[in-house]
Amino acid sequence: MPAVSKGDGMRGLAVFISDIRNCKSKEAEVKRINKELANIRSKFKGDKALDGYSKKKYVCKLLFIFLLGHDIDFGHMEAVNLLSSNKYTEKQIGYLFISVLVNSNSDLISLINNGIKNDLASRNPTFMNLALHCIANVGSREMAEAFASQIPSILVAGDTMDSVKQSAALCLLRLNRTSPDLVPMGEWTARVVHLLNDQHLGVVTAATSLITTLAQKSPEDFRTSISLAVARLSRIVTSASIDLQDYTYYFVAAPWLSVKLLRLLQCYPPPEDAALRSRLTECLETILNKAQEPPKSKKVQHSNAKNAVLFEAIALIIHHDSEPTLLVRACNQLGQFLQHRETNLRYLALESMCTLASSEFSHEAVKTHIDTVINALKTERDVSVRQRAVDLLYAMCDRSNSKQIVAEMLSYLENADYSIREEIVLKVAILAEKYAVDYTWYVDTILNLIRIAGDHVSEEVWYRVIQIVINQDDVQGYAAKTVFEALQAPACHENLLKVGGYILGEFGNLIAGDPRSSPLVQFNLLHSKFHLCSVPTRALLLSAYIKFINLFPEVKPTIQDVLRSDSQLRNADVELQQRAIEYLRLSCIASTDILATVLEEMPPFPERESSILAKLKKKKGPGKVPDMDEARWNVNGNTEHSENTEPTNKAPSHPFTDLLNMNSSPAAGASLLVDVLSDLSSPAPTPTTGPGPGPTDVCEEHFSRFVCKNNGVIFENQLLQIGLKSEYRQNLGRIYVFYGNKTSSQFLSFSSSVTSSDTLKTQLNVHTMPVDPTVEGGAQLQQILNIECLSDFSDTPVLNVQFRYGGTLQNIAVKLPVMLNKFFQPTEMTSEDFFQRWKQLGVPQQEVQTIFKAQHPMDTDVTNAKVQKTASLYLKPLCGGGVGLILKCCNVSGFTTRETLNRSFNGSLNL
Amino acid sequence: MIRFLLLFSRQGKLRLQKWFTPITEREKKKITRDMTTMVLSRQPRSCNFLHWKDLKIIYKRYASLYFCLAIENGENELIALEVIHRYVELLDKYFGNVCELDIIFNFEKAYFILDEFLMGGEIQETSKQMVNRSIEASDMLQETMEEYMSKPAF
Repeated sequence: MPAVSKGDGMRGLAVFISDIRNCKSKEAEVKRINKELANIRSKFKGDKALDGYSKKKYVCKLLFIFLLGHDIDFGHMEAVNLLSSNKYTEKQIGYLFISVLVNSNSDLISLINNGIKNDLASRNPTFMNLALHCIANVGSREMAEAFASQIPSILVAGDTMDSVKQSAALCLLRLNRTSPDLVPMGEWTARVVHLLNDQHLGVVTAATSLITTLAQKSPEDFRTSISLAVARLSRIVTSASIDLQDYTYYFVAAPWLSVKLLRLLQCYPPPEDAALRSRLTECLETILNKAQEPPKSKKVQHSNAKNAVLFEAIALIIHHDSEPTLLVRACNQLGQFLQHRETNLRYLALESMCTLASSEFSHEAVKTHIDTVINALKTERDVSVRQRAVDLLYAMCDRSNSKQIVAEMLSYLENADYSIREEIVLKVAILAEKYAVDYTWYVDTILNLIRIAGDHVSEEVWYRVIQIVINQDDVQGYAAKTVFEALQAPACHENLLKVGGYILGEFGNLIAGDPRSSPLVQFNLLHSKFHLCSVPTRALLLSAYIKFINLFPEVKPTIQDVLRSDSQLRNADVELQQRAIEYLRLSCIASTDILATVLEEMPPFPERESSILAKLKKKKGPGKVPDMDEARWNVNGNTEHSENTEPTNKAPSHPFTDLLNMNSSPAAGASLLVDVLSDLSSPAPTPTTGPGPGPTDVCEEHFSRFVCKNNGVIFENQLLQIGLKSEYRQNLGRIYVFYGNKTSSQFLSFSSSVTSSDTLKTQLNVHTMPVDPTVEGGAQLQQILNIECLSDFSDTPVLNVQFRYGGTLQNIAVKLPVMLNKFFQPTEMTSEDFFQRWKQLGVPQQEVQTIFKAQHPMDTDVTNAKVQKTASLYLKPLCGGGVGLILKCCNVSGFTTRETLNRSFNGSLNL
Repeated sequence: MIRFLLLFSRQGKLRLQKWFTPITEREKKKITRDMTTMVLSRQPRSCNFLHWKDLKIIYKRYASLYFCLAIENGENELIALEVIHRYVELLDKYFGNVCELDIIFNFEKAYFILDEFLMGGEIQETSKQMVNRSIEASDMLQETMEEYMSKPAF
């Protein structure tokens, strides 16, 4: 044992460690440690100067105590002193102590930096390495400030030893990660790329790590590394296994370096240069070919190293996603691994196939393995492998195999591990919705889901099924019948009761004709489970009961009795008590008409992102959910389904809707009304003073689109997309703002606020809901703005968005398309009434008239439609014959404007 | 990038810890606890990989010691497994048939060897000979230096 025989073993340390090991209890250990700490403290404080060896020994003991999990509050100074020792082992222990124990804000940092500085200047490679290691280990800002500019020159200097070059490269890499702003780019970057050609493979390996990290941040600066990396890789994969001497690992040539080079290439798209591209393809083919060769060794290390390179090559093939033959070969190779006897390989094959499934070239090839994957789900002993199988099934699911996959997942769910059940439930719910051709299948699936894994069905899932049933007329009867049947089971999950209560409350009438499910039977069925469930469910059931009173007047007395009972009226829970009292009162005093209005069937839900998908994304983190193409679905029929439903319930209510879409048909007189209303947006609001961001340009590029539209994209740049969905009712409005992170990395300290000019503040109330401060890469964040119009206004509020992306603060200001016309409401009146009011408006400011040339021939219907859509005006020909059209509008707050629309024969339009 | 490396015994006793990113002591303790419970509860013959938060955990057992490595998502699991193996080989070469006790009593050496092999969460030198050569060189250096120093300075 060389370490001990060399005589540098610290005997005192060994004795102390074995004392600790012999301690029978935790208390004894603490006692022994305290004794030792007292001893060391007295030595450090003592008058006698300690020799280097003792200092080293005590510092090492302190380190040991710290690593056992105890706090150390002294000894730092002694460790720093060791740095200036010229004995290697003392220096080494000093550096080790600092690496492990010194936190970045220590006041000793300047002393430490001094020690490092001396060692870097020593030109002794061993000392330089120790210093570089220390910088990399601590990596604090102060160290970066002190040394970041010096290290590049050490790295590229001609006379630097190889081992120092390696340390310098990785040290720089670490500083670049912690304080990128302090690492200067410059002339050295070009020389770093050439380290890929270095003779010493250790230097190449370290340099490749550094270049990969730098290239991820600024790909353009390191583009030259592509050709060098391909050349290097090509030399490695074609070399005989012994060529690289000690860099050959179990007969595999430089596996670490190969993996790193393949990762570097994943920072870039496929090379454009044809020769380079074919050379790279050759490399990848060679790697794929080698996988088929018989192994050169039976050792697992050989196969691991070989397959590590293979998997990285496949990752590059998937990243390029451009060579169909390579993709299919990769898929076949992974297919072989799916049945390999090594669990690790099966796991990795399932994982990699998930990404392969999203490529159009290999999706079909992946699908051919469905039976193997399903089998894995059933037979794998290891839960993490089974989980990968679930992921892959989810990723490979499409219309052709959705029924099979959903059925298999449901059957697996019966025995699945508790830790992954919720995720499977979410996945099944998403797939069932996405690929539902008829919604009866969807309803069946979700009810099965609740039956099998009710506890793991989150609220989002059962909310969603209700949203869909309410929005799909054709499935409501079926849903009512099915839940009614499911509720017959002696024990059913509370979630089923929630869905059942809600659906029967809304649509129980659809099955009431059958005596087996008469109103009273339905009510009794629900009420028989009432007492077994939690307060929120009971509250929901009470609402279902009052809905029953409206649907079925014949059960009113029965339900009133229930509401009247002490257990409801005097319930300890205030919510239940209040509902019972209010519902009872409502049922007693309200007329049938009022009841029918109050308890009307729920209106369809607005289109929104599937809350389940959002939840799954959140659960798995960004990038983990295989891309489902459209992140936002329409509740009224998702894209897969819309072909079927479109003609029936999505037929546009107005025949001119498409003509009004100003984006898609610019030729059809698009600018007409924008011009008319342009003065609405012309007094551009200056971003107000106050805490808002500095003078950023206010973007109004897409503003005018929203004159007629309520939904769409208002802003887009390379990082961020902002979409809006707005709804207005009377003087209230709500805007859903969707912030889409288009990058793959996080936005930090994300915030958004709405600023209005001082005048506008008195006219328009904008209430902003708070948002999460981080937006994951590829994720979408939703924010709700509630708007209340207090009086007429002409300014526009500004949406200010601030976030941090890759260290830089981004400021975006966008004009929010909140215009007066959004709050207009039509009124219908006879011409007499109209002219009576018209005449009352005599003040000059109350009338505005603009005459302009129409750019396109005018058609009454089209104009009507446009004006209606734009200003929500009610338009009515008064004099007929195309002589004139007069219209009038009121906004809700009572302020009246009047506008005339006069179409004269020469085709001009007066407004 | 490697985020951390932990060595712990079958009883869950931590033998070596190396953190490549700054983490508070409290968090270190929590992560260590999570890792030991997670890894020790794995069935035999399971695969060596786990997902944990946004990291991949690669672990392998050598005799009584578990080696547990956390890498970032998107990195290569198999090569990480061989990082562990190479470290074991390096320890073995240095101590000669390494066992848990060697690492307990010579923990500082185990750190020095690791530092020669990994740096800043990346692999620094994959050649076993190279690493051993520099470890031995520093051992030699210390001897000659000590001999030199033991001579009277004046």
